[in-house]
Amino acid sequence: MRTTTARRNDFRARGHAAYWAFVVHRVSGIALALFLPVHFFVLSQALARPAALDRFLNWTQQPAVKVSETLLVLALAAHLAGGVRLLLVEFVGWRAEWQKSALAIAAALACGYALLFALVA
Amino acid sequence: MSRDAESTFAVHIWRGDAGGAFRRYDVPRRASQTVLDVVTFVQRHVDPSLAYRYACRVGMCGSCAMSVNGKARWTCRTHVDAVAADGALEIAPLNHLPVVRDLVVDMAPFFDKWAKARGSFVPTSTRRDAFARVEPSSAERRAVDATIECIGCAVCYASCDVVGWKPDYLGPAALNRAFTLVSDVRDGAGAARLRAVAGDAGCQACHTHQSCTERCPKQLAPTASIASLKRLVALAAIKGKL
Amino acid sequence: MASGHAETNGIVRATNAQADAQWGRHARFAAWRFVLQRASAAVLAVCVVIHLASIIYGVRHGLTSQAIVARMHASAIWPAFYAVFVVAAAVHAPLGLRPIVDEWLGLRGRGVDAVLALFACVLLAGGVYAVASLAG
Repeated sequence: MRTTTARRNDFRARGHAAYWAFVVHRVSGIALALFLPVHFFVLSQALARPAALDRFLNWTQQPAVKVSETLLVLALAAHLAGGVRLLLVEFVGWRAEWQKSALAIAAALACGYALLFALVA
Repeated sequence: MSRDAESTFAVHIWRGDAGGAFRRYDVPRRASQTVLDVVTFVQRHVDPSLAYRYACRVGMCGSCAMSVNGKARWTCRTHVDAVAADGALEIAPLNHLPVVRDLVVDMAPFFDKWAKARGSFVPTSTRRDAFARVEPSSAERRAVDATIECIGCAVCYASCDVVGWKPDYLGPAALNRAFTLVSDVRDGAGAARLRAVAGDAGCQACHTHQSCTERCPKQLAPTASIASLKRLVALAAIKGKL
Repeated sequence: MASGHAETNGIVRATNAQADAQWGRHARFAAWRFVLQRASAAVLAVCVVIHLASIIYGVRHGLTSQAIVARMHASAIWPAFYAVFVVAAAVHAPLGLRPIVDEWLGLRGRGVDAVLALFACVLLAGGVYAVASLAG
């Protein structure tokens, strides 16, 4: 029987909440992994070049940078909330009826914190 | 009843192998029509060369699983009204399995992975021993009850994006069956099965998309089984028993 | 390396002991990567909650290098806290990137693992240096 390669999924197979949670978790993880080295470098300037660091911190007060910071903070909060949900599923246990609620709570907490940051900072 | 009075609708059915294409057929719309009815109509009245699989046609065997408007489903249990609200129906073979022809896929890789995950029972007693006594209300038996109804239809496998991204990934059905056996107190495979389901193509590759759980026609939750396997494999590794 | 196969009741097993041992090693490595990933995640969960709170505090009370350094010196707990944070992040991020690089870029194998290990070292070194700079 001659057989050939397989067909793949498209967006229609991906319309459920848990899938979007995965996308948010993965994309936020990539963003944070790329941001971390930059973050460490900037902070390390505190000893050697404090004046340069202060100029940089001043620059971050600009609205465009503030928006990016809010997005970063949202990424961190979302990755945390999604990660805690996964740890619960894998180590505490699965209840089918809790899955949608867990997703909603995680999303609410992440967005709530990011909103707090945007308003207060 | 005059045939001219019957309304028809457009159905796009995959023809050929993986390099094939959709072909349009105009099919009469009938009450309580299922997608399997549509495919059968085309094969019997329009094009006898259309290849497809079915058996029980009452939602018990899983043979009629196909991709309907992009989602893997049992076509005998999918009413046209439920999926073709705007009158458009697209029928394709299951994803992630080699396409033999038209709507028929090669199920061999699916069952090969079942075997790779050690998805078969390893007996520990003989006919000379007494029957095993497993209390129905015990935690282990309830765990088995929740996962054992799988009939190997491959809808979950076709729905899983990790299967699509990692061709070696054992997949939700094989892992679900492995967990069912891990929960079976009579089974003797032990750590060997946990080793079989661990690895880059094993349970740790699951990203909890829950596509399998969304689509399983028997309402099983392979995501839950795989999460349990992750936990059991981790504990075995930490205890040095893997 | 040739491996023999035995078939019993439809179950095909590699009878080559070497292949078995190799698979066992692969399974154990994967299990340990999972354990490290989840353990570092649990540590990070605690650290990030504290960090998120301190971000709000820090932004309200001044974001100059002087203010940040002063807060770091307020207690010996802070440098220790951030050191733990850095180690957990240096473990978690590369392990998290590994499946992404495999699934979405199609890259896997020893070369990829070496690059990820290097990234872990970069994060660890950079993070420790940052903590040291701030803790003065």
